[in-house]
Amino acid sequence: MITLDKARKVFSQGKPNEFVALHETSLVIEADRLTVIRGPSGSGKTTLLSLIGCMARPTSGRIHVLGREITSLPERFLTEIRRKTFGFIFQQFNLIPGLTALENVILPAYPTGERRSSLERRAAGLFELFNLASKARSRVEWLSGGEAQRVTIARALINDPAVVIADEPTAHLDSKLSREFMDTMGRLRNEGRTVLIASHDPLVYEHPAVERVFHIRDGRIDGDGR
Amino acid sequence: MASWIDRQKNVLDFTLSSLLRRKGKNLALLAVYTLLVFLMASVMLATSAIRKEASTVLREAPEMVVQRTVAGRQDPIPLAYLEKIRDIAGVVSSDGRLWGYYYDPVVGANYTLLVPREDGPDPGTVTIGPGVARARMASTGDTLEFKGASGALIELVVGDILSTDSELVASDLVLLSAADYGAIFGPADGLATDLVVRVANPRELQTIALKIAERFPDTRIILRDEMLRTYDAVFSWRGGILAILLFGVVLAFVIVSWDKASGLSQEERREIGILKAVGWETSDVILMKFWEGAVVSLSAYFIGVLLAYIHVFFFSARLFAPVLKGWAVLYPQFRLIPFIDASQLTALFFLTVVPYAVATIIPSWRASVTDPDAVMKGIR
Repeated sequence: MITLDKARKVFSQGKPNEFVALHETSLVIEADRLTVIRGPSGSGKTTLLSLIGCMARPTSGRIHVLGREITSLPERFLTEIRRKTFGFIFQQFNLIPGLTALENVILPAYPTGERRSSLERRAAGLFELFNLASKARSRVEWLSGGEAQRVTIARALINDPAVVIADEPTAHLDSKLSREFMDTMGRLRNEGRTVLIASHDPLVYEHPAVERVFHIRDGRIDGDGR
Repeated sequence: MASWIDRQKNVLDFTLSSLLRRKGKNLALLAVYTLLVFLMASVMLATSAIRKEASTVLREAPEMVVQRTVAGRQDPIPLAYLEKIRDIAGVVSSDGRLWGYYYDPVVGANYTLLVPREDGPDPGTVTIGPGVARARMASTGDTLEFKGASGALIELVVGDILSTDSELVASDLVLLSAADYGAIFGPADGLATDLVVRVANPRELQTIALKIAERFPDTRIILRDEMLRTYDAVFSWRGGILAILLFGVVLAFVIVSWDKASGLSQEERREIGILKAVGWETSDVILMKFWEGAVVSLSAYFIGVLLAYIHVFFFSARLFAPVLKGWAVLYPQFRLIPFIDASQLTALFFLTVVPYAVATIIPSWRASVTDPDAVMKGIR
């Protein structure tokens, strides 16, 4: 379970360009559920995901991840939690060009000190799962949009995270690929993972696998659907 | 421990693939870096090897040379001094030497003409150094002409050519008989150019030198150690001059590497953002950048030193030979005996590898301490 207790995020605090990206927000993301945060562009979805995923710290308030208060943790521990607990799927894919799909997938596990051969075995299983076995040794810039998306999902799962976070994952996908993506997310949820997606795409928040939807607007949660 | 090693291997693996992805840029940097190390290492290796060579050759030189001076200039010394020198306690032997400089207008070079104390050439023949042989394109059996003191031309046959092993000091040497020496420089009856003195106990050199100076106030004493120090100073000075000239190159490289290192490209910043976002710690990113700097700088260092070694010891430091050897016309051609001064190579390591590695890490650290959520906000 992830809880936000009056979490607030302000950028450029005290400067003329101060901007409140997220007003005091209290929220509970239940474990083993597929939850969507729905809202228009600039509403604060990405900021909320960054706070939950230990990528940024709240300006005030507290955040608990799996029972652990993370707000005051040193950067090193925060990174460890991020690596072990979360798998991220980014809107821009954020794959590193010049590397193969396989190298991109095992990238998050490099610093763990696990043997390369063991990492490759684990990655091979994920490539099989996402029908990408033939693309493992291809450089990522040669992949289609759908293939690149599946590589980012495989990368998100390489450390076997309890929580998968996806930010506008269907922004660059057509309807068919978007539905396939959501089916995959549903499968991950069925495996017992917590899935949290930020999106304003109806194909995402109206998908049958989605169990809960939060509405966000101007940095405030203003509704709780489904 | 195994996990630590695997972590290093994984990060190094990623580093190598990163370097290969920016192949052109990194190869260009490596080439410039290697050239710099090569130039610096060549000067260092050549200087220390020549100094070593000179000290080895001079080890065979007499411990003490006595010269006579008149009005501050060297003048022939009477052989009568020998007897009184031999009387000094501690002196083992004392002999006169005949030698002089001869300017050869044909090739514009100065030769050193020397009468050996024993096993010298027969009258009418000479043994010449390899530099003289090259300059005059002479081989055994050829005739060399010298202008005598009387103005007459004296023809001497080349009986032998000295080995190239001793070329540093024998390049310009012409060995001849006392009779021929007299014909070229004028009669030297009862006189020598200088006297060589050998002593039983090297610790008594200074004392004996003082005694000779007291008995013969018109002489000056040159000790072998003084000659060694002079050689040392001359070659160190030449090496220093080259190092100063190369300092400009070093400075240019420092500026270029600092500029390269301090200005991470947008692509590199984006990459660091992705790494942080997927779970790399700041220390992992710095480790990766450390390896990147280490791979480039260590490769440049080892390749540069290896090339310098080949240049100096297999090709006789051809690039710097005129500056380092210093002879005007008869440059000695010799293969230096491999000699490596570990302290100099260590200094070179700290002057080239360490600054580059640091210059690479600092900007990466600055980029990697930023929140990884920048990547969530779509850095490209």
